[in-house]
Amino acid sequence: MKRFAELYRRLDATTKTSIKQAALVDYFREAPPEDAAWALHFLLGKKGRRAVQSRFLREWTARVSGHPEWLVEECYDAVGDLAETVSLLTPDSTPSNAEPSADLTLSVVVRDRLLKLADLEPEEREPIVLETWAAFDRLERMLYTKLVTGAFRVGVSRGIVARALAEIAGIDQASMAHRLAGRLEPDAETFARLIAPTDERDGGDPLKPYPFFLAHPVPSDVATLGDASEFVAEWKWDGIRAQAVCRGGAHLLWSRGEDLVDAGFPEIAEAIANLPDGTVLDGELLAWRDDEPLSFHVLQRRIQRKTVGPKIRAEVPVRFLAYDVLEDAGLDVRERPIEERRARLEQIVSALDDTHVAVAPIVAGDTWEALAARRDEARERGVEGLMLKRRGSAYGVGRTRGDWWKWKVDPYSIDAVLVYAQRGSGRRASLYTDYTFAVRDGDALVPVAKAYSGLSAAEIREVDAFVRRNITERFGPVRAVTPELVFELEFEGIQPSTRHKSGVALRFPRMVRRRTDKTPADADTIETVRALLPDP
Amino acid sequence: MSDLVRITDDGLYCDAADVWIDPWRPVERAVVTHAHADHARPGSRRYLTTPDGAPLLRRRVQPSAIIETFDYGERKRIGDATVSLHPAGHVLGSAQVRIEHPTGTWVIGGDYKTAHDPTCRTFEPVRCDVFITESTFGLPVFAWPEVSEVVAEIHEWWRANQVAGRTSLLCAYALGKAQRLACAIAPDAPGPIAVHGAVAKLDEAYREAGVALPPTRYASPEVAKEIRGRGLVIAPPSANGTPWMRKFGAMSTGFASGWMRLRGPRRRRNFDRGFVLSDHADWDGLLDAIDATGAERVLVTHGYVDALVRYLREVRGLDAASLSTPFRGDLDDDPTDNETRADGAES
Repeated sequence: MKRFAELYRRLDATTKTSIKQAALVDYFREAPPEDAAWALHFLLGKKGRRAVQSRFLREWTARVSGHPEWLVEECYDAVGDLAETVSLLTPDSTPSNAEPSADLTLSVVVRDRLLKLADLEPEEREPIVLETWAAFDRLERMLYTKLVTGAFRVGVSRGIVARALAEIAGIDQASMAHRLAGRLEPDAETFARLIAPTDERDGGDPLKPYPFFLAHPVPSDVATLGDASEFVAEWKWDGIRAQAVCRGGAHLLWSRGEDLVDAGFPEIAEAIANLPDGTVLDGELLAWRDDEPLSFHVLQRRIQRKTVGPKIRAEVPVRFLAYDVLEDAGLDVRERPIEERRARLEQIVSALDDTHVAVAPIVAGDTWEALAARRDEARERGVEGLMLKRRGSAYGVGRTRGDWWKWKVDPYSIDAVLVYAQRGSGRRASLYTDYTFAVRDGDALVPVAKAYSGLSAAEIREVDAFVRRNITERFGPVRAVTPELVFELEFEGIQPSTRHKSGVALRFPRMVRRRTDKTPADADTIETVRALLPDP
Repeated sequence: MSDLVRITDDGLYCDAADVWIDPWRPVERAVVTHAHADHARPGSRRYLTTPDGAPLLRRRVQPSAIIETFDYGERKRIGDATVSLHPAGHVLGSAQVRIEHPTGTWVIGGDYKTAHDPTCRTFEPVRCDVFITESTFGLPVFAWPEVSEVVAEIHEWWRANQVAGRTSLLCAYALGKAQRLACAIAPDAPGPIAVHGAVAKLDEAYREAGVALPPTRYASPEVAKEIRGRGLVIAPPSANGTPWMRKFGAMSTGFASGWMRLRGPRRRRNFDRGFVLSDHADWDGLLDAIDATGAERVLVTHGYVDALVRYLREVRGLDAASLSTPFRGDLDDDPTDNETRADGAES
């Protein structure tokens, strides 16, 4: 655990990717493979199971520290991170109470003190957790507690991890990114295979997807990309990006987060089973009826379901709209030009002949004006805008700039009033950074959105100072403030909601700017907001 | 019966002595606990502080202001009350204010720390009936490590920077923390220490007051060139990220503050390293100080007020309440920012 804690400390102490990469290389070179395998598992942000509910951790912290539980809560509120709060309130190891923590390697801790917990009763878990806290120093205690809550995160991207492992294996980054895709077992053997300097086919999951190629937002003047005729346009669908992988008689459906989504989409899983062996398609999972997409809101009923019954199947029909083929007859065809891939895609999908799988249509338009006019249809069609893919281009890796662009419709925009504030978490803990905004409803204000992002550090400080001076009520960590500040909010979509008093739920709301020229009387009304709802 | 000391629009006020304590607006007569900008504001006609604090206060207020001084422990009659100043251990010349009156004895703690600091007189508990305490770090997550441990961390960081050919920039408030740090890190220092102009001026004031500071040099362009890649520069936090830094070449930045105990502020402040060193009392320090006054009634201001009040009431059984100040009501975050702006200025 010491070595893993040292890695975390080094990663946490810098924002420079070169230093992070060096820290990762050092760690992966030195750590025993059984520890390295788990470290990689956590660094890649694989979701852990929550082994212990946070209320127990707070209760135990109160007991160990001798503080009343409410004071532990106050500390948590100020620190913004439960694991850190625990680590600050529980005592450091002393020679008398500690078993030598050198024996507590990461893999041992995970095996004996983490995975085991979930199957135990709370009262059986307590001594294990408390004993582990006592054996560790503050940073180790924090990391262990994060693992226990299933909320371990560290500021490294997949790309940096891939670069570090590529350096160790002596292969290029793209090959390592591909090795990292798929189901990686956190064991020594898998890890050893992963960093072996051999052909990429030897490493990893036989059913792994390819790294998804991602698009960049178009520059503010789209014409700077060149001539419109250099691009193929498609709709930008508002669904779940996914790869259908068929190899060796088996098939899997991977989402972009590299989660398996087969269970939520059994119709699609059944359909892709009939694809020829050695085929990988890239596309979008959508809720679909009568030849048009249903909103993401409807699709959400399918996400993260373990089983999908006949009721959901009927109410949320789905379709996989394929837009690319990455592997054809067992060959990686990503380097072939897009036109050639597209032609193959059409043949493959047409041969499949299943209504649950279709090819994403091309949007015609030879000039930017023509494409802009099509883009204006986006909202009516239930799509997010246009995708522009350069003619003749290969299917790239990651977020390489230049060939794929997303040209989204302009977001919705409203002016709303700050009514509640809450402290942020992590690096924003102890500042009021999480805000709730309301619009006018007659003489009253009705909350419509929570937003956390969009302000600069300086603006956050200003708003934070305002909040502190204008608190009118406290509800737990939430502070009601005098309704005075008006902000322009942007959001991507709007849906009816029975869970919100306003009757609407906004998608991806964020702050654009503070409207110092406006007072709450100038804010938008709930009627204006409801008018943005799509037709039922 | 009304309280001996109460909050007014101008600040804490004592009717019996007709004085304000650390007023935030100009008044006739102000008792100033110490010379940090959020306590020592210009515009009042007469000021009262300690002899060590007077030269520092003079830098903050208008030239025409009258500054009187009381030695620590010296009791003087003002109006119907007896007023005296006692060491608060915060920075040079910092004081607690004791006000004695037939209705009872009050002590206003101002900003204080209980730990030893070679650059100022150590905090002395003063018995009283009512104690007004700050609560900047009034939560048990704030527990300061030994200064020697922090110094070892700084030295280790400094040495690693030397190996990497980087100059070390250690940020700290120019008044108080900078001098305390210089004293702490000078013994066995791995390289030369230089200071930013704002720190140099205050170092001078400390030396004039008879505080033995280690030799520190003003970081002129020539000195910067000489110490580049191996020296350590003490500067106010506002200097971080400014063009002033360029003359030192490649740098690693550190910040010494109690807030560095928490990861969030540590990361938010955009320094490479955080070192936990505060001139305020930590949780245990606050509780020890409150205990030592023997006060039955405690008024809590500035910081984690609600938490400390509730703790004192429920766990310690004291008559505790919050003393809300309209201008500093819920300013329980970075007081660093006030001080940064004030002390970080190049003037």
